Amino acid sequence: MRKLLFYVKKAWWAVLLAPLLMVLEVMMDLQLPTLMSEIVDQGIANGDLKFIADKGVQMLLCALVGIIGGAGCSVVAAVASMTLGTNLREALFRKVQTFSFTELDRLQPSSIITRMTNDVTQVQNLLTQALRMMVRAPMTCLGGIFYAWRLNPKLSVIFVIALPLMLASALIIMKKVVPLFLKAQKKIDRLNAITRENLLGMRVVKAFSAQQTEIDRFSKTNNELTDCNIAAQKRMILMFPITTLITNLGVLAVLWFGGRMSILSNGELMEAGQIMAFVQYMTQIMMSFMMFVMMSSQFSRAQVSANRICEVLDTEPSIVSPQNPATITDFSVYFENVSFTYSDGSEPVLTNLNFSIPYGQKVGIIGATGSGKSSLISLIPRLYDTSAGAVKIGGHDVRELALSDLRAHIGVVLQENILFEGTIGDNLRFGDRNADESRLKEAAEIAQASSFIEAFEGQYDYGLEQRGRNLSGGQRQRMTIARALVRNPEILILDDATSAVDLSTEANILEGLDKRSGTTLLIAQRISTVLNCDQILVLDEGKLVANGTHNELLETCEIYRSIAVSQLGEEVLNRG
Amino acid sequence: MAKEPMQRPMPMGPGGGRRGGPGGMMHEKVKLKSPKKTIRRLLSYFKGKLGILALAVLLSGVTAVLGIITTRFNGLIIDEAIDKQDLTKLVYLCLTLLGLYIFNIGATYLQNRVMVNVSHETAAKLRANLFRSMQGLSLSYFDQHSSGDLMSRLTNDVDNISMTLSQNLVHLFSGIVNLLGILIAMLILSPPLTLISLLIVPVMILSSRLLIKFNGKLFKRQQRELGELNGYVEEMISGQKVVLLFGQEEETRKRFSFLNRRLKNTLISAQGIGGIFGPVMNTLNNISFLIVAVAGATLVADGTLFGLKSTISVGVVFSFVMYMRNFSRPINEIANLLNSLQLALAGAERVFEVMDAPKETDAPSALTLESTNGNVGFEDISFSYIPGTPVLKSASFEAKSGQTIAIVGPTGAGKTTIISLLTRFYDYEKGQILIDGAPITDYTRDSMIRQIGLVLQDAFLFSDTVRNNIAYGRPDATEEEIIRAAKLANAHHFITQLPKGYDTILSDGASNLSKGQRQLLTIARTILMEPAILILDEATSSVDTRTELKIQEALLNLMEGRTSFVIAHRLSTIRSADEILVIDHGELIERGTHDQLLKKDGFYATLYQSQFKSGLGL
Repeated sequence: MRKLLFYVKKAWWAVLLAPLLMVLEVMMDLQLPTLMSEIVDQGIANGDLKFIADKGVQMLLCALVGIIGGAGCSVVAAVASMTLGTNLREALFRKVQTFSFTELDRLQPSSIITRMTNDVTQVQNLLTQALRMMVRAPMTCLGGIFYAWRLNPKLSVIFVIALPLMLASALIIMKKVVPLFLKAQKKIDRLNAITRENLLGMRVVKAFSAQQTEIDRFSKTNNELTDCNIAAQKRMILMFPITTLITNLGVLAVLWFGGRMSILSNGELMEAGQIMAFVQYMTQIMMSFMMFVMMSSQFSRAQVSANRICEVLDTEPSIVSPQNPATITDFSVYFENVSFTYSDGSEPVLTNLNFSIPYGQKVGIIGATGSGKSSLISLIPRLYDTSAGAVKIGGHDVRELALSDLRAHIGVVLQENILFEGTIGDNLRFGDRNADESRLKEAAEIAQASSFIEAFEGQYDYGLEQRGRNLSGGQRQRMTIARALVRNPEILILDDATSAVDLSTEANILEGLDKRSGTTLLIAQRISTVLNCDQILVLDEGKLVANGTHNELLETCEIYRSIAVSQLGEEVLNRG
Repeated sequence: MAKEPMQRPMPMGPGGGRRGGPGGMMHEKVKLKSPKKTIRRLLSYFKGKLGILALAVLLSGVTAVLGIITTRFNGLIIDEAIDKQDLTKLVYLCLTLLGLYIFNIGATYLQNRVMVNVSHETAAKLRANLFRSMQGLSLSYFDQHSSGDLMSRLTNDVDNISMTLSQNLVHLFSGIVNLLGILIAMLILSPPLTLISLLIVPVMILSSRLLIKFNGKLFKRQQRELGELNGYVEEMISGQKVVLLFGQEEETRKRFSFLNRRLKNTLISAQGIGGIFGPVMNTLNNISFLIVAVAGATLVADGTLFGLKSTISVGVVFSFVMYMRNFSRPINEIANLLNSLQLALAGAERVFEVMDAPKETDAPSALTLESTNGNVGFEDISFSYIPGTPVLKSASFEAKSGQTIAIVGPTGAGKTTIISLLTRFYDYEKGQILIDGAPITDYTRDSMIRQIGLVLQDAFLFSDTVRNNIAYGRPDATEEEIIRAAKLANAHHFITQLPKGYDTILSDGASNLSKGQRQLLTIARTILMEPAILILDEATSSVDTRTELKIQEALLNLMEGRTSFVIAHRLSTIRSADEILVIDHGELIERGTHDQLLKKDGFYATLYQSQFKSGLGL
């Protein structure tokens, strides 16, 4: 929490000024009851109208100075907290831009988004409140006691007793309630998870006519949540009566002891106006105390948010560019004794891979789900680093190359079709801002995207919605292929990038790619996709079991043969 | 199993958090369609609790009145006991006051206590009803509404409603009682002082309105800019991997910084001005305090003020001072409460909208389909998701008991639509689908769909144990039945190797199972149902080799003796089918066995040549 305060940066003056202004407002507020007691005890008692008017003017001045403090404080507090929020968002966004896939996998994009939006808002709001209420409440308490003591030291003992009592009871209740609230929050998460799951899996629920099962599952958690809420709330509602009770008893004590003192001393030691002022202070203290309690529950929530923000800010990117990068001269790819394990200490995904891809080859990668195909290709643009061995481009380990340089020569089409809001042209130019219209057209042509793009109104200026959701899955996939082609990369990597297009479209895309000059790596599920490759890598459980051309593998590799037979039929074997 | 580094994302909304502006007042105008009807309907949720609700309202009235009386007592003690130096009276009055305080606190507690159950139970009931309604909605409803929107109705809106109804309504009532009570008390005590004290009230209302109006515009701008920024963050961070791959970090950051800075300025203005509201009210409060004090003191000392005559005591002035503190609070509160009440009603309308959406229903005369031979017929079926763009045009075909029908065609040809109509996910417009000779609409949905087993491409499982997932369609299945199904699906072996076997909980991130394994579980789930009719959406893109062989074997086990419809991608499946339906642009253009269709040398033959053979170089 304290660490985040550093991000206020240039607005640090506001953080210092806001409490001072608040002190001004509180001091003015506290003046009023004392002034009033003077009006009552001296003005009224002596029938001195001028005295009353004078004190009235003083009160007005206090009120006006108070508004300068109060309004000034909220403006300054807004400057401080909004600057903090803006700087935090900026810092988070900057940080995320340095992350590699490892960090993104660990922190999860959806969670990062929540941290950047909700959590920052929480912290930002807390600072606003802290600069105002957190100062106001203790100041009012201390100031109230001070002014009361000045009016009548003996009677102010009541405050000294009442305040700790309030604080203690509030703490006890919070201690009991907070765990219950946390438990309720978990139930809410669970309830939301069930709902989300149902929205996603609606077809399955319907296909198994399991609506009642789902309703029961929901009801169970729903009831648990309700019980939990009721239990927490039952205790929480004690807070208000208890603090009110303490305040009321305090007021009563003031009236009783003050009144008694006044009566016994014939008004010498205590006057009516003073008692009125005491009661005023008591109420003011209670109100600010209640505010404080409400604030403190916000504080614990903001603390959680602050920790979540810190977690992102403290994450160091595992992959960074070297200090003195080498330059790439040759684009042949070599895997030398490469093993790879995801950071979480799980089973190795790739073990001891050795192969080379001369520049210009077309390479197919085949293997079961989980055999490590995607992991393999992600090592080339250094989305992850190897655990052992080296991936080399030309003569250089990829870790010796500048990240921007390395990636500038590689075009990757991921399994997921991610597009962004903006025109089709903007999206295609993502890889190369300077590409001209003819480059775009050429790439779209190869990716079999030009026909649907040109059917849109405005063609390449046609606007895509967020994530490109106004395109179909097949169209999005062709867009992502075209986007990679616009870069004209020396190494093009397609990770199962034709799964959403039909087979004849796929055949056309592959034909177009054949005409490219650079290296192409294709991960495929269908043997037909990789038939014509110069080299096919067959992966099984993270090991390279064979590599060669289609015909060679049919002869030598049992796994490859069985896939081929299942997909293409027996006659595949009759051909040599 | 190792996890694939570049998993397809779960189609899930971005982190279930609530998005919204940074604090500040919500003063957006809400348009309600029919508030009266909505209120009446909401009140129906309190049925059986109306007594408790009335009690709470009554108690809140009582506490408000008691508050006014105890405040007056403070003044009385000053006048009657202290001013008159009467110790016995002091004892007497203090004891009475103590009694009143305790009574008041008791009433306050009781009021809060009874509302706790009412509010949370009502919220639970609303949520449950909404979820139940959701289960009855047709798929086309979900196609048209975003799941994020439905989620927010189920969470935010329901919470809002129950909070408002249970807390704010009571507050509203006690606020009004307070206002009226104080007004009456002040008038009784001293009409001239009341008049002077209330001078400040119009100023309060006016200044708060001005502030709200001025800030409302800023607030709207703030919400708009915040929405834009959050939208950008959401899109770019979700696509961060692509940003990284294409080296667009700097460009992205620049755009973000622009949006972020623009928001900062708006935020500072909106929040700064919004924050002034409190201090301004505080100051007006203080001014009313001083007006009462000065005017009251003048009246006490002089008996006249601006020609108004009134004889009052110090205690009355004191009571007035306290009353004014309590008077300005409800004025500010009531405006806020009315606003949140409107928001809650708007939420209620959104909730009821879902509840009122047409549900899937059965004809009153619908029969229960106990069992079927699996004879399925499509007669002249037409269908369109969007009126005017038919995806299926007059399709007719027939599947006899035990036959396997392969459905083949390019992407978007209408293959999935055929199976969606058979499972009654959507209702066809024209024609008739028959099971055992009778239209499927003659049977109850529930009984009909129990005869059909569906294996979809995206192997959707629930975050529950393996056992419960397999028994999903038949929660009453025995352990033996579950294991038998798992064995037939080639899933038993890997299940036993999971850390907790059949009790392993599948996490929704799915990292503990591979896609192929998940698919095997969905097959086991379907086997357990023992459906007479089987629908398979053959997955080719996510599963292969060893697992694929296992899946194929499992599917063959499953298809044994059942009428099967397969959206086919594998040549082996297509070839062994009893009949192949070739669909293009929503039309059934060819049908027959593999050999027949090849001989015909039409669309299928071309498709076959381009897809399967050309690649082989045959």
